Amino acid sequence: MKILVCVSKSPDTTAKVAFTDNNTKFDNNGVQWIINPYDEWYALVRAIELKEANAAVTIHLITVGLADTDPIIRKALALGGDEAIRVNVESQDSFFIASQIAEVAKTGSYDLIFTGKETIDFNGSSIGGMVAEFLQLPYISLATKFDLKESVTTITKEIEGGEEICEVVLPIVVSCQKGMAEARIPNMRGIMSARTKPLKVVEPVIANSLTSIDNFELPPAKAGVKLIAADNVEELVRLLREEAKVI
Amino acid sequence: MSVLIFVEIADGRIKKTALELISYGAKIAELLNVSAQAVVLGTTQDDLSQLGNYGVKKIIHADNEKLNQVEAESYTKIIAEIVEQTAAKLVLFSNNITGKSVAPRLSVRLKAGLVSGAVALPRITNGFVVKKTVFSGKAYAHVSINSDVKIITLNQNTYPALAVEGTAVIEKFNFEISTSKIKIIAINKISGEIPLTEAEIVVSAGRGLKGPENWGLVTGLAKVLNAATACSRPVADANWRPHNEHVGQTGTTIAPTLYFAIGISGAIQHLAGVNRSKVIVVINKDAEAPFFKAADYGIIGDAFEILPKLTKAISDIKNT
Repeated sequence: MKILVCVSKSPDTTAKVAFTDNNTKFDNNGVQWIINPYDEWYALVRAIELKEANAAVTIHLITVGLADTDPIIRKALALGGDEAIRVNVESQDSFFIASQIAEVAKTGSYDLIFTGKETIDFNGSSIGGMVAEFLQLPYISLATKFDLKESVTTITKEIEGGEEICEVVLPIVVSCQKGMAEARIPNMRGIMSARTKPLKVVEPVIANSLTSIDNFELPPAKAGVKLIAADNVEELVRLLREEAKVI
Repeated sequence: MSVLIFVEIADGRIKKTALELISYGAKIAELLNVSAQAVVLGTTQDDLSQLGNYGVKKIIHADNEKLNQVEAESYTKIIAEIVEQTAAKLVLFSNNITGKSVAPRLSVRLKAGLVSGAVALPRITNGFVVKKTVFSGKAYAHVSINSDVKIITLNQNTYPALAVEGTAVIEKFNFEISTSKIKIIAINKISGEIPLTEAEIVVSAGRGLKGPENWGLVTGLAKVLNAATACSRPVADANWRPHNEHVGQTGTTIAPTLYFAIGISGAIQHLAGVNRSKVIVVINKDAEAPFFKAADYGIIGDAFEILPKLTKAISDIKNT
């Protein structure tokens, strides 16, 4: 059985967000890059658990990006996974990225494609659904639990106002969120072996971007907090009612 | 040409977010000088013609109970057919669980550029530019959609549902549905609770509450305010509260009218998820808590003493 895990590079969650070039470019200065948390914590770790339960499982990682993405891919390989594929092109919009991933997936005969529920930079939550449509596969979004028995999976997913438990026959595409697995840290053996695992660089296919970012904007700063004495909650209630008019 | 608005039905009723989306879509249709049409999938007990009061002229209804559960493949197929039939150039979804499962598929099917998480009307004077949240709420991006057909998903609590005078005609849509490859075994609905992303008021608490046994103070305040409850990541990680209550960069991003942060220090990751709230109230005994810098109102003090008094004070004014 072959699993493809889609991995994206994202700024560390504590990174201060700033822009350069007249607010058209993200300011990389001093930013630490990490594996997008949803890709790592849930998609990749669940795939590793499936491999631990069944030695016949092979895990491939895929990312779309230039060579500066390699440290992230190596870190993902240190957690687990057998080999990685990097599509050598600067990532563009989600349609473009999904086109690239789908192209690789087409020839890889994967039974299962995992993505994180979204990336923490562009928050599109769309790669999984797009890849599924390109490949004409069922797509299970926002999965919180994933069990596999032979080729039938039982998945719990979030729906509006609750959860749904469903059964699907492989191959499928699944976007993963909290509940799927517990985050891990790579151990020394993993880090050492990651250095020698194959990282295949493939050239992109011609694909369109359908959207492009014109510029960025930071939210306006708050005017300043109005402090109310702890023994005067009535004043807070009055302000919320009469000044802010929110209760 | 038209703007096509996906109106979501949940448990047979029109969702509140759908009314916001219709108002948003009707406004865009007005700006583009085209008609606003709604698409409804599945059966409903609500009178759909009332959607005319939010600005749509026509409602296309695939009135079949087989569509009562959201299934991305069949939804995509039907909506794509309707887009073709109505020559729609813009399709709108709410940026919620349903929108996230259907819009990306539709984007590929129609080769339509998708912007998810819009927070304002598009700018259409020069191109078609949509403002959306990025970096989980730490910033906004202005994104051009360059394709002929476009898709936007709108963040909840971003655009008000505005009642207008108007009527809508309902047109039934006939379709063929192929058997789904996904077999639904069970559906568990959380009943009676206000969905976090739709709530006007959210009461949220962090480690300052010391343990799950103290959450009665939080739910008590939420109850008198008719608010949803939320929590910080450490609280969800410690299983004091269910993970779907976790707001922040790696949890849910919300934009309520009023957000109470109780015993939450205000780490940058948490702020990212809530900084679009209109009014933020912070209660924390640590005067140095970074959250105060992002707050509109603050009380420095012990939540265990303040919450019962606050709950009573609000309950008193609600009862007068």
